[in-house]
Parts: sequence; C-alpha cells; structure tokens
Amino acid sequence: MGTASWEHFEHKADIGIRGYGDTLGEAFEQIALAMTAVVADIDAVDATTELSIRCSEDSDDTLLFAWLNALIYEMATRKMLFSRFDVEINETKLNASVAGEPIEIARHQPVVEIKGATYTELAVYQANGQWVAQCVVDV
Amino acid sequence: MNFDKLERISNVEWKIDTSAGMRVPAIIYASEDLIRDMDDKVYEQVTNVARLPGIVKAAYAMPDAHWGYGFPIGGVAAFDAAEGGVISAGGVGFDISCGVRTLHTGLSLEQVMANQHALADVLYHHIPAGLGSTGHIHLNSPQMKAMLLGGAAWAVEQGYGERRDLERIEEHGCMQGADPGQVSQFAKKRQQNEMGTLGSGNHYLEVQKVVEIYDAAIAHAFGVHLGDVKISIHCGSRGLGHQIGTEFLKQMANSAKDHGITLPDRELACAPINSAIGQSYLGAMRAGINCALANREIITHLTREAVQRIFPGAHLDLLYDVSHNTCKLERHQIDGQVKELYVHRKGATRAYGPGHPDLPPDLRAVGQPVLIGGTMGTASFILAGTEQSMALAYGSACHGAGRSMSRRQAIRQWHGSQVIQQLADRGIVIRSPSKRGVAEEAPGAYKDVSAVVESADQAGLARRVARLEPLICIKG
Repeated sequence: MGTASWEHFEHKADIGIRGYGDTLGEAFEQIALAMTAVVADIDAVDATTELSIRCSEDSDDTLLFAWLNALIYEMATRKMLFSRFDVEINETKLNASVAGEPIEIARHQPVVEIKGATYTELAVYQANGQWVAQCVVDV
Repeated sequence: MNFDKLERISNVEWKIDTSAGMRVPAIIYASEDLIRDMDDKVYEQVTNVARLPGIVKAAYAMPDAHWGYGFPIGGVAAFDAAEGGVISAGGVGFDISCGVRTLHTGLSLEQVMANQHALADVLYHHIPAGLGSTGHIHLNSPQMKAMLLGGAAWAVEQGYGERRDLERIEEHGCMQGADPGQVSQFAKKRQQNEMGTLGSGNHYLEVQKVVEIYDAAIAHAFGVHLGDVKISIHCGSRGLGHQIGTEFLKQMANSAKDHGITLPDRELACAPINSAIGQSYLGAMRAGINCALANREIITHLTREAVQRIFPGAHLDLLYDVSHNTCKLERHQIDGQVKELYVHRKGATRAYGPGHPDLPPDLRAVGQPVLIGGTMGTASFILAGTEQSMALAYGSACHGAGRSMSRRQAIRQWHGSQVIQQLADRGIVIRSPSKRGVAEEAPGAYKDVSAVVESADQAGLARRVARLEPLICIKG
C-alpha cells in the first residue's frame, strides 16, 4: 500500500497535475488537490463551504476529464477554491463531496485561472500497486 | 527540433514533405536558431494537422510555434468545406479570440513618467484583474444574447467604448454568424459576472513607450512615433470561451468516428464543417469571438476612465485590435482561383496586406497593424501585413514570444518580489494580485520576442514597424 499524494509535472505552456492513491477515488481526490495547488497554497484554503458533484462517463479517463471540468466550473462560477475532496467512484459514476471557501484575493493571492482540463497526458492507470490519475490543465 | 526531417527552402522557411497519411506538406517559418530550440512536439502537431480532411495547400507553423493542444500554438491551417474540410475546437483553442489591442494615449513620456505610480494604481484598481475579481457589469439572459450577437458594437451601444473604435477591430467589431443558441447555459453562467475583466496567466494591460521605428512611412500611417506612449491590452473571451472550448472538445472527440475521421491525437477533435456539430460549433465559436471583442471594448472604456482621472481630457484612440485564436471564413487565391476557406489561427495573428478590402480605408494602403505582445521586461512590436503574406500563410503572422520555460521551472528560478524589484530598477512598474503569478510570467521564462519578430519580417509574413517597451504592467 502506498501513500496518497499529488504532484505537478512539466508542460511548456501550461501545467501537468497528477494524483496517487490506493483507490481510484483517492487518486481523483489527490489530483483535485494538485489542481487547487496550481492556483493557491492549499493550506490557506479553509474547507468551510460544502457542495456535491456528480458525474458519469463510460471510461476512467473521460470520467477524470469530467471531474476536473466540473470542479473548474464550480471554481469559476462560485469564485471559490476547494481544499477537501471526498470522492466515491462506482464503476462509471462519481459522487463527490467537496469543500472550500470563496476566494479572497489578498489572502489567497490566486496565481492563475484554470481554463479547462485537456486530453493532453490525460491518463488513469495503476502502477506499483497504486492508482494514478493525470492531466495537463490549460491556464 | 531535429533538422534531418526538414527541407530548407530559405533561411526562414522549412518544409516537411507529405508522408504517412499527410494530405499536404507542412511549412515552418523560423530562423535556424528558433528551429533548433523549437519543441519536437511542434513537428508532431503540425504534421498531424496536415492529416486532417479537407486541408488546403499546407499546414503552417509561425516563428513562435510551441507545443499546444492538437494544433501547435502558432499554427495556421485552412479547410475547404466542399472537400470535406473540418473545423476543430482544438484548432481554435480554449481562449476563443484571445487577442491584443493597442491604444494611442496622446500623452508625452514626461507626463506619464511624472505620474507613473499614480497611473499604475488607478489602472490596477479600476480594471478587474486576476482570478476572483468580478466585473462591474452583470448580464441577464437577453443582455447576454445581445452581447454574443453584437460583440464590440454591442459594448459601444451600451456606452462602453466609442463608435469609431469599431472600424479598427477585425470584423468591424462584430462577428457575423454568431448563434447564441449554440452556447450552453454553463458557458453563459461562467460569463455573467466576467465582462470587462482582464483574466490571468499571460493576460495583461501594459503602458508602453515607442523606442524604435523600423518603417517610418507605415509608422506614420499608424500614428506611431518615437517616444509615444501607448497602452496595450491582452485578453480573451474569459469563462465563456473556455467553457465552449471544453464542451466542444469532448463532443468533437466523441463524434469523430461517426464522421469517419481518425484522430491522430484526441486534442485534434474536429468535425466536418458541413455537419450538425460543425455548424453548431461555428455558431458558438463566433459568439465566443463577439464575447472577446466586447470584453476588450469594455476594458478599453475602463482604461479611458482610469487614464482620465490622472490626465483629464486625455483621449485614447484605438490603433487596432487583433484576435489570435479563431476560425474564420475567408477568401483566398488558390492556384489562380478564389476560394472560400475556413482559416484556423491558433496562437497566430491575422496579417492582411495592403489593399485588402476588409481593412478600414485609412489603413488599406499600408496593410493591417499586427500587434505582437512580449513580456513585462522585454518588448512588444507593431508590424504590418504584407502583400506576400496572403500567399505565404493565408495572411497570418506570429502572435508573441512563446514560453521557453514551464511555470514550474520559472517559480523554482525566481521569486515574484525579486522580479518586481529587478523591473522597478529598470523603471518598469508592476501591479499584480499574485507574486507567484509574476514569477511564473517572468521575462526570462519566454523566448526572445525580437528573434521571433525578425523571423516573421524576414519570411515576409509581416513587416516590422515599431518596438515598444513597458513602463507599467498590470498582470492578472
């Protein structure tokens, strides 16, 4: 069993995000943290407001694409940042509870706005006994 | 990029012959030095574009080409609908009609420098910039529809901007054929509080001084003189464009098989122009263009208000407004015949030459202004479209410097406050909500914009007219 974690990886114009977890759901939680970290310091984002996100797709990678785009949409329209993610995946269905707070420009110093998830380096796979979810996001 | 796969046509033109499913050759316009540093992904992507159905003549890459999504950024390709040609959401990009406009200020360098910090502050406070900022304008459903149909012309009708600006915008400020009904409720919701916001990333508002003139006659016709102070604005269609891009990328990727299209890369998601989804995207994308044009017009209005607070009576005229991420139906000469083609420009600027009927009468003799954004520490350039550019790459030129370093590398190398201090030492004032954002956009993270512009000039894509250096940069 590994440890859940996330990282950023290189892309010339934009940025790659990757999550690792013992389950598919945990990898999706971790990649969501990686996405928030593109914008702001996760530790500065309080998980005070909760909402739920659902999506359904017929493959793991398109489900990841849908999950990230659903988060980007909520971030954009609610002007929020999220720092807590609980994801359950049942075959092709994703049920998530996410929590965060409205952006405060002075405190969060948001770096960049995420325009969308892309198909570049989009992949969901298992390696060394762990689930890995990755994607390049357009900023 | 590996030179072995390229045939040298001239010092600044390289050809990739058709092979392995390519329908047409690929042409890269760039100096040897730029080619050497160019990402191998550009080779892969430009040859993938050459595989798409209905592509005409060649797939092109501009001197600033780099790794994009499906198309290289700095990619140009035209498609013939009658030959099964396609339209690609990836070929337009997420930030539909992202572009640059430049305003004359009529102010002297002395006036501006004596008030540099005050001007920086008023611009920064008056123009919403960065993530989490909200525009002053909130659109209800009928207003949203009118904006998506009217573009900058709608903004002017609402009291944002001036009627004579419209002549100096591509499509006279209003893209025809927009269909707001094809824009999803999600995209509209993402935009309802975003009008008149600058955005973030590489978007900016810059006060600049003209430091060099290369072509006195064209500069004079453009109203550009040594020592002038100009203001340039770089931004796009905000959340609405991003959402349209995201949704159609998925739809087109899913439907490609039904249209008998094999995608070499999912990001090249496309559909025949003459298909339901192709037409639907065309209507939505054109609405996205209008959103970008309206947005830049509103920001121009806010800029005028801000500048007038420091300099009452200042009058800011629009030099020109160019769009970078578009697909437009244009007439081009192909083998002696005039054809109507769908020209994709992804991270490339339209650069119509002298005499083109779409140019306003007072610019027709000299060609279209081509506005090239640089970084906050280097320079921007004004170029002009040339007669030969129509034949070289459908009247297109480069659009900017292009990154040479990832955001991750940049923040490992620099701190935002250090970048701000170094620029301050050189007399450049930065205002930004995010220090890390400034580090990610550090001048050193970009390619040499001068080399890019020189290649465009040598290749004949556009002619160098003037060089501008930043005095103030508002970074989203």
